[in-house]
Amino acid sequence: MSLLSITVTALRNIVARGRCSTCVASQRLLSTDNHATGDDSGPLYDVVISGGGMVGCAMACALGHEALFEGKKILLLEAAPDKGELKLLPTYANRVCALSPASTALLDSFGAWEHIVGMRAQPVKRMQVWESCSDSMITFNKDNMQGTLAHIVENDVTQDAITRQLNKVKDRVEIRYETKVKKYKMPKPMSNMTKLDSPWVKLRLENGDALQTRLLIGADGFRSLVRESCNIHNMSWDYNQRAIVCTLQLPTQTENNVAWQRFTPTGPIAILPLDDEHSSLVWSTTPEDAKHLLALPNDSFVDALNDALWENSQKDSTAVYAGQLLDQLIRSISPAGTSTAGRQLPPHITGVDDNRGAFPLGLCHATNYVKSGVALIGDAAHRIHPLAGQGVNLGFGDVACLKNILTQAVKDGAGLGSILHLSDYERQRQRQIIPVMATVDGLNRLYRNKMSPLVLLRSLGLQTTNALNPLKDLIMSKAIA
Amino acid sequence: MFNKSMLIRSLTRGNCIKISNLDGVRTLHPRSEPFDKIVHCKICSYSLSQRTRGQNRFYSSSSRIEHKQRPMVSHVDDNEIKKFSKIAQTFWNPSGEYEALHSMNNLRVPMIRDGLIEQCEIKNAVEPLSGLTLLDVGCGGGILSEALGRLGATVIGIDATGDNINVAQLHKSFDPALSLNVKYINCSAEDLIATEEGRFDGVIASEVVEHVNDQPGFIEACCKLVKPGGSLFLTTLNKTYWSYAIGIFAAENIANLVPKGMHEWEKFVSPQDLQFLVDKNGFTTRLVHGMFYNPITTHWSWIKDTSINYALHAVKHDITSTTTPESETSSSEKET
Repeated sequence: MSLLSITVTALRNIVARGRCSTCVASQRLLSTDNHATGDDSGPLYDVVISGGGMVGCAMACALGHEALFEGKKILLLEAAPDKGELKLLPTYANRVCALSPASTALLDSFGAWEHIVGMRAQPVKRMQVWESCSDSMITFNKDNMQGTLAHIVENDVTQDAITRQLNKVKDRVEIRYETKVKKYKMPKPMSNMTKLDSPWVKLRLENGDALQTRLLIGADGFRSLVRESCNIHNMSWDYNQRAIVCTLQLPTQTENNVAWQRFTPTGPIAILPLDDEHSSLVWSTTPEDAKHLLALPNDSFVDALNDALWENSQKDSTAVYAGQLLDQLIRSISPAGTSTAGRQLPPHITGVDDNRGAFPLGLCHATNYVKSGVALIGDAAHRIHPLAGQGVNLGFGDVACLKNILTQAVKDGAGLGSILHLSDYERQRQRQIIPVMATVDGLNRLYRNKMSPLVLLRSLGLQTTNALNPLKDLIMSKAIA
Repeated sequence: MFNKSMLIRSLTRGNCIKISNLDGVRTLHPRSEPFDKIVHCKICSYSLSQRTRGQNRFYSSSSRIEHKQRPMVSHVDDNEIKKFSKIAQTFWNPSGEYEALHSMNNLRVPMIRDGLIEQCEIKNAVEPLSGLTLLDVGCGGGILSEALGRLGATVIGIDATGDNINVAQLHKSFDPALSLNVKYINCSAEDLIATEEGRFDGVIASEVVEHVNDQPGFIEACCKLVKPGGSLFLTTLNKTYWSYAIGIFAAENIANLVPKGMHEWEKFVSPQDLQFLVDKNGFTTRLVHGMFYNPITTHWSWIKDTSINYALHAVKHDITSTTTPESETSSSEKET
């Protein structure tokens, strides 16, 4: 039902940008009196980006490096203090992202990617997904392990690389650290041209400063104040899951370039390569289990993890038997396409760094990504389960799309905050994001279930998909786009 | 697109001009019936409320003659003025009555920008039109004028309707970036001829021609204001059965995009006729292109077919220039 409601609300947006029939035109007659732009409204910016996380910084950086934005006033507001240049430690940070080739291309477009490569990034050449209730599994790789599916990069590294490039365009992008916004005042929806209403978004900061902007970009996370101030309906639910993250130690091996994911009834466990001896863990599980796991000493935690990766006790005998039959069938049709042929064994974890952490998981999706003068990007518009590693990639996708649309708007002399091109952004992004969200949400629900018929269906489905290379290519192209 | 019965009908009315330069016989209707309704159109920025003031200021050159023959009717009451003022305010609601006009900017601004840039070299990529002076005839609330102003051009927006100019002025006043570039004047094209003849790099009349009584006189006035080598841009509706079926019947009765009685098919003009008028005034037509509006996506796109909406770009002959009109035409053909 939840999926249906996402789809319905989104379709309504995609098909026809709703006209507000309830809005009533003001009947006041116009006056041509010259009026000051308002001393209390503060300086007028072209673009204000609220939130300096990875996505917000990337937005500022992308606009700052765009030739057509020369002379535009761009402001980035960030609540945290300036961290200064990152000092890379020999140990890894616990928060990492799998950056897709599309995200890599965006970061490369403003020169941040070379900083990341200069620090550290581990390419993923292969992905193996399997589950605890049957023997079914699926593998993905590109061009015989030559192509890169994604890069595993620590969030701190990505953030630092973007900030370095942002500091190069200081003349165009002003950054205010330790700045919180107290209140956003959106322009009236009809922009009734009376003496009092200006078409700009007004901001009041905690320190009392006021400013106004033609376009406000909300990159302020899933509890977005920008979204709330716009009265944009937000659909959200909690998965009642927490993700445990930490750095894992592996026995020395030749090449660590496979991303592993095992679905268990409590949630998926992902092991992402960092270098030949280290991988990063993202273990989604129930809050109680997470509390217990966080409290365990390191060696017991490693044992618990290895158990979760290797245990066979939860297997459903019907599904296993049916899987074997299907495997034989596939083998008889196409000997090369067997589902078990490419199976590799997951690494055996030998240790764990002292950087265990946990965060709650939930889904949220804004019914609209835009309003007149406002656009939402990243988690402010959509937040998803980390199981497909799509969260930040969708955010960077927003940045790339919004940058293109704003550049075109500038080229065509359109106002930056005009709803006409902003709704193109919304249309294009929702068309891409909603299927991804629905799939990720559906997978998470499907694999948390232990009911035999479901286990049977999903394992046969996964096995069949694994045997059908064109279908796998399609899934890959969607996932890494 | 003209057939015999239409021609005969026009001839029997005795108010047509015969033109025989193009292929076959064409007719033009200098329509001169009093137009005493307040007309307001979703895709036309020009409103005919100047009738409320009892005189036709916009087409002064021709209307003076008309006045002698038929006195203008003026019986518009305060209610209608109020009604009109209310609609004028919705100019800047991009999802309101003027939605189609807002989104038309996606076609007409690039056409004007690229058409003008073709004539001169770009000095500034951010403001490619800087240094050019443009006249937006029938500017309405300034939807097009502001866009051109943002591209660096000096834009004079004129409209015969005072309310429109008020809205345009007020909207502009919020934007310091436009304060120097864009100016609005409540006047007609003819009013400017005395002082501004041959002064503009480009004159634009977008969605205006189809509301004009005396099209030849109006086009002549616009043409006079263009400097030699400058450009004239027109967008309007064709005079075809399609434009009647879709532009009037479907838009008014089925899709409810346009209030009833908004457009008079009789006032629509075919691209050939418009081209003839423009050529007669010393211009070479560079481009005639069809425009298509999709009411579901609310987007405009260029199409080959000009049978409903179309745009025209013509360049004024430059006596000092060495290029002949023929070579200009052939080069434009290559581009299209």
